[in-house]
Amino acid sequence: MKYDFKHLQAAHCENGVTTNLLRTIGVDKITEPLAFGIGSGLFFVYLPFLKINNGPAIAFRTMPGLIFKRTCNALDIPIIRKKFSSKASAEKYLMECLLAGQPVGCQVGVYYLSYFPKQYRFHFNAHNLIVYGKEGDNYLISDPVMENETTLSSYELERVRFAKGALAPKGQIYYPQAGKIITDLQMRKSIESGIKRNVNHMIRIPGGFAGVKGIAFTGKRIKQWRNKLGEQKAGLYLAQLVRMQEEIGTGGGGFRFIYAAFLQQSYNYYSNDTLLEVSKTFTKAGDMWRSAAVQAAGIYKGRIGTQADYDIMGDYLIEIAEVEKKAFQTLSKMNWKL
Amino acid sequence: MKKEDIPQDDGALNIITKEVVYAVDESGKYTTELSTGWEIKTTALNLAWEDIEKRIKNAQNKVILNEASPLLYFIELRLMDISILSAYTGFWKWTIKQHLKPANFNKLSKKKLNKYAKAFNVSVEELKTMKAHEV
Repeated sequence: MKYDFKHLQAAHCENGVTTNLLRTIGVDKITEPLAFGIGSGLFFVYLPFLKINNGPAIAFRTMPGLIFKRTCNALDIPIIRKKFSSKASAEKYLMECLLAGQPVGCQVGVYYLSYFPKQYRFHFNAHNLIVYGKEGDNYLISDPVMENETTLSSYELERVRFAKGALAPKGQIYYPQAGKIITDLQMRKSIESGIKRNVNHMIRIPGGFAGVKGIAFTGKRIKQWRNKLGEQKAGLYLAQLVRMQEEIGTGGGGFRFIYAAFLQQSYNYYSNDTLLEVSKTFTKAGDMWRSAAVQAAGIYKGRIGTQADYDIMGDYLIEIAEVEKKAFQTLSKMNWKL
Repeated sequence: MKKEDIPQDDGALNIITKEVVYAVDESGKYTTELSTGWEIKTTALNLAWEDIEKRIKNAQNKVILNEASPLLYFIELRLMDISILSAYTGFWKWTIKQHLKPANFNKLSKKKLNKYAKAFNVSVEELKTMKAHEV
C-alpha cells in the first residue's frame, strides 16, 4: 500500500501529533507552538506528597491529552476518541481506520517502545505517536520526537498500546474527524481563549502547588532539600527536576521557549505589541530555567553543594515565579479588540 | 535562548534521533534547530540510572540474604513499583507486599508465579533464580 503521509518532527509528542493529524485533514495553519498555546499547554505543578520514579512529581505542562482536545475544540473540529477493553478490538479498529486512509493518534507507554534507547524507557504511559499504515506485520509509525518515520511489529504496537499503570492508554486512538477551512477570525478567537485559559491556570489557580505559586513553593522547598533529604537524595531530586524541565519534548527551558514562539506567531493574527513583549519575557524565563538547571547540575555533579548553593538554586525559582507572574498579568490585561 | 547557544553535546538519545529545540535567530525570530543533547541533562539522566543500578544491587543482596523475595529484585530491575506490578498482574498491592516476604513467596502456586513471571518477562525458573535478560 502507498500512503500519502508526511512525517513531521516536533519538540513534543502531543503537539506534534496534533499538528500533523490536523494537516492530514487539510488544516495547515496550526504549527507546533500554536497547538501548544491554543491548547494552553504551559503549566507548572509540584506535588510533594507524590513520587514518580522515586523522585519528586513535577510537571511543566498540562495533563496529557488536553492539548489535542482543546486545540480541536477551539477550531470547532470534531474529535473521535476511543478506548478498548480488548486487544483484538483495538487492533481491528486501528486497521479499519488505516484501510479508510485515516492516520490516527495513539497513546502509548514508552517502557516497551523498542526503538527508544534503553535509558529513556521508563513506565511513562502518556507518549503519543501516529500510526499511518501497515506493511506486512509492521505498522508504519510517525513518532513526532523522531527525525524519521519508524515501524513497530503488530506485537510491539499492541504491547505499548496496552501498557499498564498510571495513565494506562487502554489502546486509546484519537483523530480529528473532518477538516474545514479555518478563518483568521477563528484563529484569533482560538489564540485568545488559549491565552486566557493559560492565564487562569498559571496565576489564578487555587492552592499553592500549581502555577506561578507552585514554582515559588518549589523554590522554597529546594532550600530545605539538603537538610531534609541528605545530599545524595537532594542531588537526585534536582536531577529529576532538570529532566522534567529539559528532556525530550520540552523544546528546552521547560516549554517556555515553545510558549514564547507561540506568542510570537500569534502576533501574525493579532498585531498587538504586547504579544511580542511578553514573548521576550518568556524567552527570558526559559533562559532563567536553563541557568537554574546549570546550578542544579553543579550540585548533583558534586562540584558545589553547600546550603548557600541550594539557596541560590531555590532563589532562581522564586525569581522565575515573579517573572512569569508579571508576564501572565500583562497577558490578562491585554486588550483583545483589534 | 539564542540559536548559536543551543548545546550540541553527547546524549543517550542521539543514537536514534536529534531533538527539536526552540531558539531565536539574529533578528529575534523564533526558529527550531536540531540538537544532539545537553551535557547538563545527560548527567541528570546518568545519575538517575546510577541510582537505579544501586537499587537493583541492593535488592539483589536482600534476596540473597533472604530478607526479600525475588519479586523485589525484578520490581527494581524492570523499573516498576508495587502499583505498576499490581496493574500488570492483577494482584492487590497488599497481596504483593505479602509476596515480597520470602516465606510467602516460596509457597506461591505455579499459577501465581506464572503471572509474576509474565509481568517481568521472564520464565518462572528465571524468576526464582533472579536470572534476567533485556526486554
